[in-house]
Amino acid sequence: MNNTKSILLFQPDVYQKMLDDAIHCFPDECCGFLFGTENENIRSFTKILVVENTKEGDKKRRFSITPRDYMKAETLASELDLTLLGVYHSHPVHPAIPSEHDLSVAMPYFSYVIVSVYGENDIHVRSWKLNEERQFEEELVA
Amino acid sequence: MATVIIPTPLRKFTENNARLETDAATVGSALQSLSEKYPDLRRHLFDDTGNIRPFLNIFVGEDDIRDRNQGDTLLESNTVLSIVPAIAGG
Repeated sequence: MNNTKSILLFQPDVYQKMLDDAIHCFPDECCGFLFGTENENIRSFTKILVVENTKEGDKKRRFSITPRDYMKAETLASELDLTLLGVYHSHPVHPAIPSEHDLSVAMPYFSYVIVSVYGENDIHVRSWKLNEERQFEEELVA
Repeated sequence: MATVIIPTPLRKFTENNARLETDAATVGSALQSLSEKYPDLRRHLFDDTGNIRPFLNIFVGEDDIRDRNQGDTLLESNTVLSIVPAIAGG
């Protein structure tokens, strides 16, 4: 088992686009996919795909991505010769800590990046990945 | 033979194979056979009662198997079975 924490490096435009999406969707949750390369414990995000939050009902507290958008992301990764490394979503007016619901749905391997938004100048980004015991461990956002 | 598409997060359990061939007749037997070949994959495909995990979507071609015959959905030759994780949260 590899207990070394992943270090996440965001290409600046990818990071900015993710924050812009979180602000644009506020007070609803935004969501999308992150692509890039992986070298040992370093993940470099070089591409972002913004997708629609299709959750029916309370988008301020929940998000959902359609299977079709997921398949589109896998296809894009293959076309660009990048790896689909993770998913981001926002927590409007809530800390960047995964909820029980986030945990129940999470898949292994993926980085789950959470953008906490309290306002345009009050944004915090943290990321989490499942360990072998299906518990979230925090990754380091460089 | 049908083709099974393995999503990125499960590839570490299939020796990094993204596509696998199967001669199984149904979706259920294809997934069972996959989990026999790759035992670490089982808990990510099936819950404790042996049912396909609720947070996985299984497509045969363009169709969600929930709209067809669930695990008994037949696999024709040259069809594509896609394992699609549900991406959601709060």
